[in-house]
Amino acid sequence: MSLNIIVLAKQVPDTRNVGKDAMKEDGTINRAALPAIFNPEDLNALEQALRLKEKHPGSKVTMLTMGLPRAAEVVREGMFRGADGGIVLTDRALGGADTLATSYSLAQAVKKIGDYDVVICGRQAIDGDTAQVGPQIAEKLGIPQVTYAEEVLDLSDGHITVKRRLESGVETVKAPLPCVVTVNGSAAECRPRNAKRVMKFKRAVSPSERAALAPEAAALVEGRDELEIKEWGAAFVEADPEQIGMAGSPTKVKAIENVVFTAKESLCLNGADDNQIEELVKELIKNHTIG
Amino acid sequence: MDQNNLIVYCEFEDGKVADVSLELLTKGRQLASELGVKLEALVIGDNLEGVEDQIFPYGADVVYKVADKRLYPYTSNPHASVLINLFKEIKPQICLMGATCIGRDLGPRVSSALHSGLTADCTSLVIGDHKDPKTGKDYQNLLYQIRPAFGGNIVATIVNPDCRPQMATVREGVMKKEVFDANHKGEVVNLDASKYVSDSDFVVEIIDRHIEKSKINIKNAPIIVAGGYGIGSKEGFELVHELANVLGAEVGATRAAVDAGFTDHARQIGQTGVTVRPKLYIACGISGQIQHIAGMQDSSIIISINPDENAPINAIADYVITGNYEDVLPKLIKYYKKNSK
Repeated sequence: MSLNIIVLAKQVPDTRNVGKDAMKEDGTINRAALPAIFNPEDLNALEQALRLKEKHPGSKVTMLTMGLPRAAEVVREGMFRGADGGIVLTDRALGGADTLATSYSLAQAVKKIGDYDVVICGRQAIDGDTAQVGPQIAEKLGIPQVTYAEEVLDLSDGHITVKRRLESGVETVKAPLPCVVTVNGSAAECRPRNAKRVMKFKRAVSPSERAALAPEAAALVEGRDELEIKEWGAAFVEADPEQIGMAGSPTKVKAIENVVFTAKESLCLNGADDNQIEELVKELIKNHTIG
Repeated sequence: MDQNNLIVYCEFEDGKVADVSLELLTKGRQLASELGVKLEALVIGDNLEGVEDQIFPYGADVVYKVADKRLYPYTSNPHASVLINLFKEIKPQICLMGATCIGRDLGPRVSSALHSGLTADCTSLVIGDHKDPKTGKDYQNLLYQIRPAFGGNIVATIVNPDCRPQMATVREGVMKKEVFDANHKGEVVNLDASKYVSDSDFVVEIIDRHIEKSKINIKNAPIIVAGGYGIGSKEGFELVHELANVLGAEVGATRAAVDAGFTDHARQIGQTGVTVRPKLYIACGISGQIQHIAGMQDSSIIISINPDENAPINAIADYVITGNYEDVLPKLIKYYKKNSK
């Protein structure tokens, strides 16, 4: 059985490598100073999708991302690793969305794609860590969800069997298709780029990107459908303006602060000074903190 | 004023209400009293007899019980349907649940169906007022859902001005568990499961389930030796383990160290890990990202070992040892062995 698989991926700022210039003086985030990366767990999700594609010849893996036009990079990266193509859902009207408005928008895009068997995404994105979008999309689509997936074990007879890793152990569940699967970071790592695919898809561009190309470069992609990364807007996916962006977000950010922890009076010791270290140990033993 | 109640979704496994649920009942009791409303608890599962006896001491006024063989073990759709249908009926103003694998699977599904806002992994919940900057509309007694965001680099206060319930998840150990009154009693409401769940909700089948108690128990350890990205390798963590063994301590880690594969995820301390309050916390090679500090700042004594004397964690440390952990840990081990009986 050939499958239509949708992989949801997010382009995120690399919050794991936050340098000193990541925060502006006024306490807001200096996004320009943070490199934009493929959300790590979405790569784990892509790997599960590509394995399914291998097991089910004729299957198609479509990348779907929502963000700024430059998120086409994520779609292209997916294509380098094995996805067949993809869509960037991008529109000013989608900006400022919380997880619910994001899920609604993405669910509308999934409906627009129409024919799908499995939607696979990472458990959570590193910029928000909420893990909400996967289950919310499942609810919006009216289909079941399997979260915390470690591995897709089987897909047959209209059902998917998935091993889940939970804080308390391991569970194997069987869900009817279509369904949403969210994948843990502890799942198999994503395969690297394939050199042939990089050659083939390096010119794959979205309409916004093509508009920025020099005329000669643009001419090379003209009329080559397989090199088109689609760009969809809110109206195209028939999104209700009341349910997207800020307007569609029930949660509002009331305040953002840089946290200042109450500094304590610290006693400073020199690690090279054995005496100071021994005195500290003696003190901790004496006041029964240790021993 | 909003007179609707506050409800806590209680997880129930092995005949026991989960600690995180009891912690949320403790917090919920405090918030409900401040709002002048009732604290309600919801337990869904099988064999729920007597579960209220575990819940009432934490101050619940009402315990809703929904029992059906098929409702245990947890699966997403049936539990979500119970919450969605029950909430349409009783209209709670606030719903709290654990930021566990269950709460983080269930909460989003319910919030999507009810179009209510949900904030994940809150580290603080406070009642307060809000003025919408655009419309100028005033809101009284909203739930401030406070959480670190952006990899822990900022702390955001989130509110849900117009949608109900205001939903939040909180990780285990973040709130304190405290008996409100050992003799407190409330009302038990047994709900008919078939009114809230339909057969078509039972679509996902659990084929196999291995529940293992984690051998790592950092939450209750009195002494924690924790390593950060600065430990540099798996091998480096062996030295951290060595000091922990000598002191009878548990080993903790930062998210960066876990992500780098130096140690096990179960050891992760911080906003996306476990929150700890040991009597002694020895931070080795930890710079002190907010998301980590949020999970250990209440430790009684903090020792920071770091080559960088300006590491942010040093600001909250009682003792700052400037140096490499490779040099300092062997000395701590040596002098502990020498001076302890």
